[in-house]
Amino acid sequence: MHGLNFDVAHLLAGSLVLVSFLQLYQDRLYALINVFAVHALMLALSVAWQAHVQDAPHLYVTAAIALGFKAIVIPVALHRIIVRLGIHREIEKVVGVGPAMLLGMGLVALSMVVMLRVTAEAEPLAREDLAFALSVVLLGLLMMVTRRNAVSQVVGFMSLENGLVLAATGARGMPLVVEISVAFSILIAFIVIGIFLFRIRERFDTVDVGALDIRRGERQ
Amino acid sequence: MTVDAATAVLIIPALSAALLAVLPGYRLTARLNVVAALATFAISLTLFVSRPSAGPYLHVDDLNNVFIVLTTFVGLTTSGFSASYIGHELDIGRLTPRFLRFYHAMYQVLMFAMNLALMANNIGVMWVAIEIATLTTVLMVGIYRTHEALEAAWKYFILGSVGIALALFGTILVYMAARPAVGEGLDAMVWTTLIAHAREFDPALLNVAFVFLLLGYGTKVGLAPLHAWLPDAHAEGPTPISAVLSGLLLNVALYALLRFKILLAANPHAVAPGPLMVTMGLISLVFASFMLYRRRDIKRMFAYSSIEHMGIIAFAFGMGGPLANFAGLLHMTMHSLTKSAIFFAVGHVAQVKGTQRIADMGGLTETNPVLGWGLVAGVVAIAGLPPLGIFMSEFLVVTSTFARAPWLALVLVAGILLGVAALLLRLNGIAFGEPRGAAAPAKASYVPMFAHLALVLLAGVYMPPILVSWFQNVAKLLG
Repeated sequence: MHGLNFDVAHLLAGSLVLVSFLQLYQDRLYALINVFAVHALMLALSVAWQAHVQDAPHLYVTAAIALGFKAIVIPVALHRIIVRLGIHREIEKVVGVGPAMLLGMGLVALSMVVMLRVTAEAEPLAREDLAFALSVVLLGLLMMVTRRNAVSQVVGFMSLENGLVLAATGARGMPLVVEISVAFSILIAFIVIGIFLFRIRERFDTVDVGALDIRRGERQ
Repeated sequence: MTVDAATAVLIIPALSAALLAVLPGYRLTARLNVVAALATFAISLTLFVSRPSAGPYLHVDDLNNVFIVLTTFVGLTTSGFSASYIGHELDIGRLTPRFLRFYHAMYQVLMFAMNLALMANNIGVMWVAIEIATLTTVLMVGIYRTHEALEAAWKYFILGSVGIALALFGTILVYMAARPAVGEGLDAMVWTTLIAHAREFDPALLNVAFVFLLLGYGTKVGLAPLHAWLPDAHAEGPTPISAVLSGLLLNVALYALLRFKILLAANPHAVAPGPLMVTMGLISLVFASFMLYRRRDIKRMFAYSSIEHMGIIAFAFGMGGPLANFAGLLHMTMHSLTKSAIFFAVGHVAQVKGTQRIADMGGLTETNPVLGWGLVAGVVAIAGLPPLGIFMSEFLVVTSTFARAPWLALVLVAGILLGVAALLLRLNGIAFGEPRGAAAPAKASYVPMFAHLALVLLAGVYMPPILVSWFQNVAKLLG
């Protein structure tokens, strides 16, 4: 099975991990959203390739959702939202590039060690896919915990979810993949609408500065 | 097509959600909400007698039957409480009629999602159902649209989403583990097929899957250190939602976890899931017990108490064996009933006093005797004092642990006692002493609260043998 099929799948899934790394150190929201659009594009290509390899036409629906919704609609919407919220010029620094990259590399190494070891008997394609997918999931989580801005947290969550879709499509013949990707799209739409409607700017804060200090875990 | 009881339990909430979304008027919709919940409960009772056979999507067995009936029952009583609670919220203008429609529709959607999660015979469907339940509760937590409510909803949203994302990864891994044994496609996600073939699964994959599932669904259960969303969500949402969250949704998430625990237990080479659950349970218990002391907000305090009890339950199931499982099941049921009764009382107390701050409450038994004593009874029950039901279940957990792992039992008992002391300390200030704060008479319906407390008392004094043997059966299933 180590033919072209495998190599292309490997390339696409590998690029997804690479783009996840690119996201880690983007400190401008505009750039971050653009990189996320590339991330979603890579996912769409990867899923489409899986659909082709596995001869599973329903996966093309998932690929189309990834392309249309996550690579185009969501980035455009987020661009407009950050302009409206007036945070498009903001630069955020929580963890430096160095530590974030080192942590990221550690997580990728961890997921390789864990997944490749436990899936020793699975077919190589699914195996590598799963290892890459877990890396993307963990990098998404890392991004969520290192960022304070609500928009970049959501981007982190979406790239985490891209990893899940990659895992689900890599598992040959898994039912409900399309349904699950639709369910996730709804979830993300809700989050994005939520940010916009409620003007949530920072992790658990809003732009309403007067109300900022009311609560840190406990009402006084 | 004939509709069997299991499908009806899903269809009724779904249809009434659609209906409630369009119907105007508080009186009508609140009553309709109760009627729908009553119908669902009545039909769920028939599941005891005759069960539909398991299909690829739905099934009813001994384990989930208890939970379905419990869920629909608490759904019914909470809808009764909600009717009187929401009436007051409308009077003081915290809710507008438009949001009320939304609220009632969401209430039924939540019931639908929880019933679906419980009955799902498909781990994918179960995941989707828990996601729907999370989404609806997020929307309801933020319904007051105050700064705090939005913040709580956002926090819940993000943490809940990460939780369910991890759970999905675990679900995918279970599918991967099952595929070689069961074959591709739908079968490899059907619970009844999975459990029949669990012996042949790849144990290493199952182990990794369980870690993800434990972290994922554990976030929804509110186990420490993944509990951060829980106190906020309980404190800022409408109180009927706090009651349903604590009483039901935490149970549903734990139920999902139990399903996978059974799967692991059925595979002789997989790691024992017990120690992981025991550790997380104990951490939750001890942590929450300490946190109880410094709470100033009454709903927040009982939210921490929920974390504490979820910890005890996870601990009991983690210990495993017929006795501990029995105790865990009993504790789950008793905690559901008691905690929702407490939230019924707390909801009215907060309305009477116009605040949730514990410092502004006092002498409740003098100013509002029925409500005050109801709250006292509820807290005494949740603290695990005899002769109420929680005493029984906690006693069983503790004794079965002493017999097998005395050192763990010491930690367990210390945690429980710490929690009890904190609760009684606070209760003293709220219920007795000089009356503080507003003392308007409560416009409350006490039936739901006392119905729950009566059941808890009954279970403590006399458990019907049929129920005991039922629980024993289920406990054996849990391995």
